[in-house]
Amino acid sequence: MSTQRSGTVQGRPDLDTPVQATCEVLDRRREGAYWVLSFAAKEIAERAQPGQFVSLAVQSPGALLRRPFSIARVSQQGVAAGTVDVVFDAHGPGTEWLTSVRGHDVLDVVGPLGRPFPMPRRKVGCLLIGGGYGVAPLLYLGETLRREGLRVDMIVGAATQARLLGVIEAKRLSASSVFTTEDGSYGTQGRVTDVLEAVVAHGRTGVVYACGPNAMLRAVSERCGELHLPVQVAVEERMACGIGVCFTCVLPIRDRAGNVHLRRACLDGPVLNGARIAWEDTRYGAPSARTPAGEGGDA
Amino acid sequence: MSASPVRDQPARAWPRRRSLDPADVDLRVQLAGVALPNPITTASGCFASGVEVDRFYDVTELGAIVVKSVTREPRAGLPTPRMAETPSGMLNAIGLQNPGVDAWLARDLPWLQDRGARVVASIAGNSVEDFATVAGRLRGQPGIIAIEVNLSCPNVEERGLVFACSATDSQEVIAAVRAEASVPVLAKLTSDVTDVVSIAEAVVDAGADGVTLINTLLGMAIDPDTGRPELWNTYGGLSGPAIRPVALRNVHQVHQALPDVPILGCGGARTVEDVVQFLRAGASAVAVGTATFVDPFVGPRLIAGLRTWCAERGIAAVTDLVGDVQPWR
Ligand SMILES: Cc1cc2nc3c(=O)[nH]c(=O)nc-3n(C[C@H](O)[C@H](O)[C@H](O)COP(=O)(O)OP(=O)(O)OC[C@H]3O[C@@H](n4cnc5c(N)ncnc54)[C@H](O)[C@@H]3O)c2cc1C
Ligand SMILES: Cc1cc2nc3c(=O)[nH]c(=O)nc-3n(C[C@H](O)[C@H](O)[C@H](O)COP(=O)(O)O)c2cc1C
Ligand code: FES
Repeated sequence: MSTQRSGTVQGRPDLDTPVQATCEVLDRRREGAYWVLSFAAKEIAERAQPGQFVSLAVQSPGALLRRPFSIARVSQQGVAAGTVDVVFDAHGPGTEWLTSVRGHDVLDVVGPLGRPFPMPRRKVGCLLIGGGYGVAPLLYLGETLRREGLRVDMIVGAATQARLLGVIEAKRLSASSVFTTEDGSYGTQGRVTDVLEAVVAHGRTGVVYACGPNAMLRAVSERCGELHLPVQVAVEERMACGIGVCFTCVLPIRDRAGNVHLRRACLDGPVLNGARIAWEDTRYGAPSARTPAGEGGDA
Repeated sequence: MSASPVRDQPARAWPRRRSLDPADVDLRVQLAGVALPNPITTASGCFASGVEVDRFYDVTELGAIVVKSVTREPRAGLPTPRMAETPSGMLNAIGLQNPGVDAWLARDLPWLQDRGARVVASIAGNSVEDFATVAGRLRGQPGIIAIEVNLSCPNVEERGLVFACSATDSQEVIAAVRAEASVPVLAKLTSDVTDVVSIAEAVVDAGADGVTLINTLLGMAIDPDTGRPELWNTYGGLSGPAIRPVALRNVHQVHQALPDVPILGCGGARTVEDVVQFLRAGASAVAVGTATFVDPFVGPRLIAGLRTWCAERGIAAVTDLVGDVQPWR
């Protein structure tokens, strides 16, 4: 069913042993404005960690490249053991095609790929900030943090109520949850960064994890910088390969000495230290300005 | 046009020999005097430095590994977006991001040497001197079986004209590299020229031991809504199945004109049938680039598939296919 071989990328076992697998689709259903796709992928489920992604071959006409999606959930136990879920927004030919797959269809999947969210080294409060479908990997992360006995708070944002993902799960998972919509159709009107400081204050937040459009991640990273909070963000960049061989997915990252290097988001990311990203050298957002969301998302 | 009646009769139909045991098919080839265990290599810039794909399979199974182009100094490369998908292909504008030849020798090559990979070093530059310097640094390095010269680089001394578009500029680079190199030299050419054969003749005259055909085709895509080019760099190189017919035509033209010049075919190869087409057109080996992005296992899949393809048709040696095109007339 799949092939795998262990090796080491620059001596970093956290990046190791993705597999390519032919996976049976178990379910494809709507969730608000999004779609949830579940498939059987035992080897991927075994290896997956929150923040990693899978890349799916799509069969829309003329499409050549795989499409990357964050892992939204994996089941290790019970009847659904070995199942991987992704949540996606259908907005282009490849994702439109994915809405047409049916149970028992097969998908060609490579994963898990990329650097996962690092677990906190100490017992601290964890604030999870998700925008649009970016909430999906954070719910997976939240479950993991909770199992470690850590406090989880969540801020979930979207343009409008229909695009808020995981409201029920966020409430169930977290000690406190705040919802923002730009049009005020649900929760607080505004953006996730508008409520960040208040949530940090009462959640005794020691670390922030965020996923959503890059413009949102920039705003969150900058706000966390001002508040002296460590922040880990899961970025999106166009990826031709997802496995580290093409160098299309780079982001400018500052090293300890302050020098900026273009690093591969598919290999060194997608989870990156938000404070290390040289956002001013990217095309994403502007300091705390109201910029249109980056490609493929909303928050 | 009054055509003479054409009878629909294949010139030569397989299978014409009895099928073989796949294990008995000889996949070995010679590329510019270098022996390879099979004709499948990577394409430069599509395999990073090898270690990334080694997570999936033993990359030393490949005939050779053509690594990412290296330059004299490190290059940061271009801002994103660096890639845009197009029908059956993609555009890229990476800007030759690489750590520079010295860092590559110190950090990346040792891993390939330890693994026993057959490495084709790809070199790039913006002046004849750049190329010569990099070639000199590579001299005598174990594991490097050949140097591929990426001539699709702007020549700063000629107002940015791409070397590969000028026979004389290409010739100067190849002569300088040939003088420095201790291994066979392959000149990587572009199809974005009026007459690829004349460029191929020029580089062979200058001492190239073979040619790689082809690099990406220059292209563009514009977001219809925003009016912005899809790539930060405006233009980028088109690769993938979309360019395969163009690549095949280049290989065939050069092989017809210069049948003794070894060719590394490159451009859109993805399936065993694609590989066979390149061999028939005249390539001694085939470099696979963009297909790796879609299928990390494409290399071993093509090697195994080629073995079966030949066995089923009773072809005992893959070299029997090289240049075997049956004319209509
Ligand atoms: C690490 C990572 C995780 C992601 N996780 C999710 C997720 O959980 N749910 C989800 O809905 N989407 C996710 N995306 C975005 C998703 O990959 C794109 O929406 C999808 O590729 C669009 O394909 P398309 O054919 O429908 O759109 P098109 O716009 O037609 O795609 C054309 C090309 O652009 C690329 N592209 C388009 N939008 C994006 C984007 N936002 N990011 C990166 N590449 C893009 C495509 O891969 C394709 O190569 C993620 C992207 C990355 C990089
Ligand atoms: C992302 C990317 C990066 C590339 N980088 C290089 C490079 O550094 N040097 C080079 O000679 N060719 C480079 N190429 C061109 C390929 O080696 C190859 O000639 C071309 O992509 C056509 O083959 P393909 O269709 O199999 O990819 C690059 C191609 C791609 C897609
Ligand atoms: S997507 Fe190819 S290197 Fe990251």
